[in-house]
Amino acid sequence: MYQSILSYKNARWLWVALGLAALSLIAYLSESYDHSEPPNGGTWIGYGLGTVGAGLIFWLLYFGRRKRDYASNTGTVQGWLSAHVYLGTALLVVATAHTGLQFGWNVHTLFYVLMCLVIFSGFFGVWAYLHYPGILSVSADGKTIDELCRDLADVDKQARRTAERIDPQLRLAVGSAIDRTAFGGTAWKQLMRRDSSEIVLDGVTREPNIRQARIVQLLAQRLSNASRNDEVAAISQIMDLVGSRNQILRRIRRTIQIQAILRVWLYVHVPLSFATVAALIVHVISVFIYW
Amino acid sequence: MSERLKVAVVGAGPGGISAAAHAAELGLPHVLLEASEKHADTIQKYQKGKHVMAEPGVLPLRSPVGFEAGTREVILGEWERGLAATKTNVKYRGRVDKIEGVKGDFKLTLGSGDVINAEHVILGIGVQGNPRRLGCPGEDSLFIQYQLDDPDEYHGETIIVVGAGDAAIENVLALAKNNTVHIVNRKDEFARAKEGNLNGITQAISAKKVNCFFNTGVSRVDVGGDHGKAGAIVLSTPSGEAVVPCDRIIARLGAVPQRGLVESWGVGFPSKDATSLPVLSTKYESSVPGMYVIGALAGYPLIKQAMNQGYEVVEYILGNAIKPADHPLLEEKFSVLPYSLEVDDVIDLMQERIPIFAEVNPLVFRELLLDSNVSVPGPGEVIFERNDYTNSFFTILDGSVSIEVAPGVNIKSSQGNFFGEMSLLSGRRRSATVRAGDFCVLVETPRRTMNKLVASVDAVKRVLDETFILRTIQQRFTPNVSIEELRPIAKNAKINQFKPNETLFVEGDEADTLHLIRNGSVTVGKMFDGREIPMAYVAAGNYVGEMGLLGRGLRTSTVRATVKTETVSLDSDTFLELVRKEPQLMETLQRQVQERAAANVALQSDSDAGDLLHFLMKQGLGEATDVLLIDEQLCVGCDNCEVACAETHEGTSRLNRKAGPSFAKIHVPTSCRHCEDPHCMKDCPPDALKRSPGGEVFIQDNCIGCGNCERNCPYGVIQMAYPAPPKPSIWSWMFFGAGPGPGQDKSAKKKADKDLSAAKKAVKCDMCMDLPGGAACVRACPTGAALRINPEEFVSLIRSQA
Repeated sequence: MYQSILSYKNARWLWVALGLAALSLIAYLSESYDHSEPPNGGTWIGYGLGTVGAGLIFWLLYFGRRKRDYASNTGTVQGWLSAHVYLGTALLVVATAHTGLQFGWNVHTLFYVLMCLVIFSGFFGVWAYLHYPGILSVSADGKTIDELCRDLADVDKQARRTAERIDPQLRLAVGSAIDRTAFGGTAWKQLMRRDSSEIVLDGVTREPNIRQARIVQLLAQRLSNASRNDEVAAISQIMDLVGSRNQILRRIRRTIQIQAILRVWLYVHVPLSFATVAALIVHVISVFIYW
Repeated sequence: MSERLKVAVVGAGPGGISAAAHAAELGLPHVLLEASEKHADTIQKYQKGKHVMAEPGVLPLRSPVGFEAGTREVILGEWERGLAATKTNVKYRGRVDKIEGVKGDFKLTLGSGDVINAEHVILGIGVQGNPRRLGCPGEDSLFIQYQLDDPDEYHGETIIVVGAGDAAIENVLALAKNNTVHIVNRKDEFARAKEGNLNGITQAISAKKVNCFFNTGVSRVDVGGDHGKAGAIVLSTPSGEAVVPCDRIIARLGAVPQRGLVESWGVGFPSKDATSLPVLSTKYESSVPGMYVIGALAGYPLIKQAMNQGYEVVEYILGNAIKPADHPLLEEKFSVLPYSLEVDDVIDLMQERIPIFAEVNPLVFRELLLDSNVSVPGPGEVIFERNDYTNSFFTILDGSVSIEVAPGVNIKSSQGNFFGEMSLLSGRRRSATVRAGDFCVLVETPRRTMNKLVASVDAVKRVLDETFILRTIQQRFTPNVSIEELRPIAKNAKINQFKPNETLFVEGDEADTLHLIRNGSVTVGKMFDGREIPMAYVAAGNYVGEMGLLGRGLRTSTVRATVKTETVSLDSDTFLELVRKEPQLMETLQRQVQERAAANVALQSDSDAGDLLHFLMKQGLGEATDVLLIDEQLCVGCDNCEVACAETHEGTSRLNRKAGPSFAKIHVPTSCRHCEDPHCMKDCPPDALKRSPGGEVFIQDNCIGCGNCERNCPYGVIQMAYPAPPKPSIWSWMFFGAGPGPGQDKSAKKKADKDLSAAKKAVKCDMCMDLPGGAACVRACPTGAALRINPEEFVSLIRSQA
């Protein structure tokens, strides 16, 4: 019932893209057999491929508009994205055929490289879109970040209440471990699942508390020295709670990370697309000036 | 105490104000009695600055007191001025406990013990009910209040809140920020509270922000004392008496329903149904001569109607036969008719010619006609088509119609008959196509109006139910047998009601009846490893249990209602009689049994599939007609669905993607399911919620923003929202950064929040019925994760997920 962007309508755009790529290859090969001149962008066939490529680029860019044209009735955004992916891939073949494999340290090759970067960042995007949602659904178990945070707050409250029954020094440490638990943050921290949680000892010294390891260590130490039965019970209960906190925190960080990955590539793909268009314009103008 | 007034008006709502002011204007001896401290108590309780609308716009206002759409403050101010200008005699805190006597000599006993004598009584007491009182000595003390307008008004006080419902808890939580608050609960827990409130109060009590007296009653209230507070409340706690000095007591004990109160004064109701309206004459006179009922209690929930009635009823008391304010509306409605008759004569003609309306009280019938539509369709014109989602009810005033019950099979129905009752009662699509015959005149009544009538007139309900059963049997089993022949057989058919999750029958029971599902839906489940696994979903309009009638003896599966469900059941003897009349029936049924058995086998192999079906049903999708489901394996969380919804619908998204539960990678976001029998449509004062022929439940522009639909929707898909201001074109946003872009309208919303002249209205998913391509959320999903499907597709969805 549900279809991915690649299998959309029996992958009809795959066939269109394959056809386009095949035509480009035939054009390229016909050039290399029939002419004394090696294949390049300056022949009539080269111009033809270049025009098709430029047209494709503007059409691919138009996806950004179509996606926001919410009342539009020309196909669905999913159909457009499927076509965007397959025809964007075909552009690689069209444009390469247009270059005639002539590269150099010039603005033309710069344009080609930029275009390739856009396309490859797009490949990453496709992979991420197909790969991560399933993982996210399992790791978050149908819960939103907000819900996970609420779960965390519940566990925190229990831990604080239980900590009222333990040694005051250690209670402060438990409190600071909860207060200074960190997730998310800068884009880099989100993507890397960086855990910059800390703990404060004796009310002054700050120490890292990655994966809550330090507090577990402290609790374990105290557990081995504790004599009062109720304190032993409280400490082992807190250790259990720290365990469930860790589990929730892992899910939160994983969810944040995947959500960041699903977005971050667009910050490469879209600006590079605009750069590519700028380079395309420079490429076309310079070709006509130096012709 | 002995002066006898011409009229005593009970309740200073819009109707009461208008009636008393008109009496004052005419110089009649009168009094306006109001239980609370201010006029228009219901409107006083609206939030500050709330915009009040003046529907129906076409109805002219007839009252010495002004009223037009505006904010709560402006309207209340206008009424206050009106009361003062007409020198109306208002008695606040004048709660009426008892009314005795007869026309010309009524005795009204007030809460204070005062007695008022009046010739006529006008009841305009609304439907909210008086707040239930403490019921102990001192309950009239001035520092006791029964409502709380603005909790932020109170600082540093000691406040006792009595009650354990949501209203009490919400007050306590709001007051506890700035005050010392005690809550008095008669029981040992907060059983009636919503989950959110329950968590809130439990936490507040355990954090010692609020002190709670459990298992405690109020023995009395003392005024004054040497503790410097306004008074003290004396409580009987499990550990003995406790005296708590306090500045304020807030009693939130619910309301005494108005019906019991007015019944105790002698006003008659036609049936026990809670929604039925009091019996009234065309002049609003109740079954007690001299006692009149107007406004919401009489079945007129809109302000303007009530005010007009207040004016009219005083005129009627004086014996002036003025025409009701709605007269021109009916005149206009009837102008299409090919008769030259006065309005009243047309109404008489209708009641004479249409038997189902014959017994209806003339006032109720007049109201029904105001909501109805009179039309004169040309011969052959389609009235509605099979599978349309419309659900209005039609009666034939003249001529005939032809009903196509099956392709090529037409039944003629003529003057005095009705049609459309199948969809009316089941909420399902039209089961037949109806075309107008020659000289056809039809009265089309909306579902809501008809349901009101069914609830208050037993005869109408009986006729509709009988007809429904007959026509259903004819259509589903014996299309070639006439209704007359079926009538004796159908006598044995029964209408059954099932609560959600109740079983129609259980695996292993003796199989002796067949159920036709009239509304709601069921699942068919089987026991595997000691656990019941649902295998199939059966929507309204189909039947279950036919296997048993074919001589199997015992039930092979358990059938359970997914939502509130009604069925028509036939026992095996009745059924065999039908088979005798229509021999092919057996064959059709056998074929169906085989098909269903095959489908069951396909799902049996997989208990996960059954779990998914169970999950979907638990989300209330059993009553859905079209639901948005998201495949979590495809959803990248871009929220383009929400942005698309907001951008195509005045800036507010009607779906919340993140919210809602998930199971087996299927996510049910908070979004309208377009229920078969929509909860939201139940109680809309201006009848602004409609269902289009395509099934979309939508809100029309005449919404008055009362919020009833928002409260009635069990799935939380209706919100109250301001329309957002228009946005710049996408190109000027993209290239020149002009204004907010798609999905960025938060600033605009905040601005609208401050601008109180704008009115909040209810908004909900309309399935993009005005867009040619259909639902924008689905079409805007870049990865194809969002799909709208109907319940009939659940099984194929489940198979594709398995």
